[in-house]
Amino acid sequence: MVDARTILVKLEGVEKHFGAVRALDGVDLNIFAGECVGLVGHNGAGKSTLMNILTGTLATGAGTISISGSVEDRYSVSRALALGIRCVFQELSLCPNLSVAENTRINHPSLKGIGWQRKAAALIAQKLDEIFPGHSIDPSDIVGDLSIGRRQMVEVARAFTVTDAPLDLVILDEPTSSLDSHTAGQLLDFVRRFVGSGKSCILISHLLGEVLGNADRIVVMRDGKVVAADRAAVFDRDKLVTSMGGAAAREKVAAEAAKGTREIGPICVKARPARQRDDMQLVARSGEIIGLAGLAGNGQTDLLLAIFEAAGGSRSGIEVTAPLALVAGDRQSDGIFPQWSIARNIGIRSIERMVRGMLISSRREAELASRWQERIKIRTPDMNNNILSLSGGNQQKALFARALGSDARIILMDDPMRGVDIGTKLDVYDLIREEADSGRTFLWYTTETEELDNCDHVYVFHGGRIVANLSRDELTEEKVIQSSFDEAV
Amino acid sequence: MPALPPANAANYSARETARRTRLLRVLLPALSLALVLLAIAWLNPRAISYFGFSLMLNLAIPIALATIAQMFVITGNELDLSIGTFVGFVGCVTATWLRDAPLLGIAVLLGSIAVYALLGALIYLRNLPSIVVTLGMSFVWQGLAILVLPKPGGKAPDWLMAITGFKPPFVPFPIIAALLIAAVVHFGLMRTSYGAVLRGSGGNPAAIGRAGWSLLRTKMVLFGMAGVFGVLSGMTLIGITTSADANIGNGYTLLAIAGVILGGGEFMGGRVSPVGAVIGALTLALAASPLLTFMRVPPDWQVAANGAILIIVLAARVLISRREA
Repeated sequence: MVDARTILVKLEGVEKHFGAVRALDGVDLNIFAGECVGLVGHNGAGKSTLMNILTGTLATGAGTISISGSVEDRYSVSRALALGIRCVFQELSLCPNLSVAENTRINHPSLKGIGWQRKAAALIAQKLDEIFPGHSIDPSDIVGDLSIGRRQMVEVARAFTVTDAPLDLVILDEPTSSLDSHTAGQLLDFVRRFVGSGKSCILISHLLGEVLGNADRIVVMRDGKVVAADRAAVFDRDKLVTSMGGAAAREKVAAEAAKGTREIGPICVKARPARQRDDMQLVARSGEIIGLAGLAGNGQTDLLLAIFEAAGGSRSGIEVTAPLALVAGDRQSDGIFPQWSIARNIGIRSIERMVRGMLISSRREAELASRWQERIKIRTPDMNNNILSLSGGNQQKALFARALGSDARIILMDDPMRGVDIGTKLDVYDLIREEADSGRTFLWYTTETEELDNCDHVYVFHGGRIVANLSRDELTEEKVIQSSFDEAV
Repeated sequence: MPALPPANAANYSARETARRTRLLRVLLPALSLALVLLAIAWLNPRAISYFGFSLMLNLAIPIALATIAQMFVITGNELDLSIGTFVGFVGCVTATWLRDAPLLGIAVLLGSIAVYALLGALIYLRNLPSIVVTLGMSFVWQGLAILVLPKPGGKAPDWLMAITGFKPPFVPFPIIAALLIAAVVHFGLMRTSYGAVLRGSGGNPAAIGRAGWSLLRTKMVLFGMAGVFGVLSGMTLIGITTSADANIGNGYTLLAIAGVILGGGEFMGGRVSPVGAVIGALTLALAASPLLTFMRVPPDWQVAANGAILIIVLAARVLISRREA
């Protein structure tokens, strides 16, 4: 039955090496017309490299690419676009200094001449309305002014706009990582409609439920190879995790979290959001893991930043009694120092402890780095390599190492697991629990409801205010969503 | 689930704030210009007249053109430290060959624009820091200028002096020229579809590349445009001063950078404003010499006072945009 359908894309024996690293080691992959393929695998399994090859941004080392039956030997970005292959990249590809409409024009060479701005605005507005009804994004908005979730909505909608070039395959790389569950649902519904109209889609996601629920077929990658490919119905969560080589499933998380009989110490953070009108406030004791939940962009990040600033001086409504560190969510702009090595990126928060005389002791810096490389399992041959040589998940691990390796007793986390694979997540969850056992406090904003299982209790945010305080036993996804939409506060 | 998430309200107001901030940033150059004009009017009311503006803004047009040239380079996240000596070189060519051997003069000027575009290509292809390349080029242009015109002198072509000496009714020529420059460049860079790509190449080069545009081409176009406006700047400068000197444009490099920043541009991220840049250049031209003369600052101190004004104005801009952000 499978063979009867048209093959849109056929990859045979595709290889790609970066120096000694075999990012792709002979990949065979077929994409049929009218199907949604889920692509899963750990960070570093080769998914992003494969997608970069499909979109023409990287040249293949070996192997062939055939599109609609004809072999493409001079494949490039413009060739891929002309053949109707688009990609929504994980790190966003919008120009922050341009408007939504102008960003749409960037992808459509044919939008030019008199009235191009009006045409571009109409094109993107119509697509946004179609995918995300009620989005409230205006085509004249400057992208840099939009929240990261809205930027992702624009990026997704832009990929589905059509002018003169055809559109047959859209690759979505972690498309929901910055979306809340409502908009993520809107997007996935749209993907089903898109596929239903005979087009194809590749869905890359670390949220296995999302892949299981929406893909027709699932392809699992590991170490640069396709290790499993079958109909989605054949897989379940455990089977996916096993074929990805994952250590454990979510049940383990819940079990580990529940068995904790942690020593809860004195109060170390008290914070009231600036817009809070009642006397509800966030209270954290040492040794607690506190979740901040709710729809994206409802004041969670603002409160974390306010707490962070309060540590340096006083601020009304916020008390902090211990040193703290922040793990940024937008790692490209707020987290890493792109020019620096991995070791230096980890050491920057702990510089006082590493100075000898007036200089930074490179021995101590290296010690700190290698200790955390081992503890948090950063995959690199040399910690003196540039931080950008790491995959996204490993960069995020380095940022965790920076915070956890410091003297901070309170760790603020601003949705740090965005677009991180499940193996990395499980490693980090374990580490967070260990650190909490030793008396550290975690304030954890997350857009993934599953992660809240790790928390002792959860504050739900809405419209810049805390609207609910749920203990672990009360915590369900429905309850969080219900509180998020509850206006009567 | 409700059709419209109530979360929109919070985001909407955040976006309104961003919009207001941007509006203020746009108005800031105009405010600083108004402030300088008010000071001049207070110190010497007679300066606010057709004749007064013609005199005071005499040199503003070459500065505005050099600022626009710099703005194109800054759009692509680069910096041009050679624009001043380039203006001087163009001035020397204008006062000699363009008058005596027009064909040679035109060829040399067009060739120098091509050199600018090639510098853009070199910077992109070899991934060189533009500061280093253009700093080196500044000595090349200076040396060439001295070769062309070893001693101050030469004479502007008559047709050029006729253009720069044009006296329209009611509105002084420099103001008309400034409006024209601002309008043309605003249309070219902010309104055309390729202008969006050029600005995007400063905002997120990777995204422009992924969309299939040539970053080599955007870089060459941006540097080529800098060359075009540098040539226009040098020519108008000579049209106004009527003779040339190899060092005539040296101060323009920093004035041009300051004009772009004062006009609301930023060094990184492709955020520039042609209208702001022209206003910034006018403000600097007025604050430079007329204001100081009216304040009775002795000529010996004017250069230093000029620098002080520059620091104050730019610091005010940084402070205001930071408070708003």
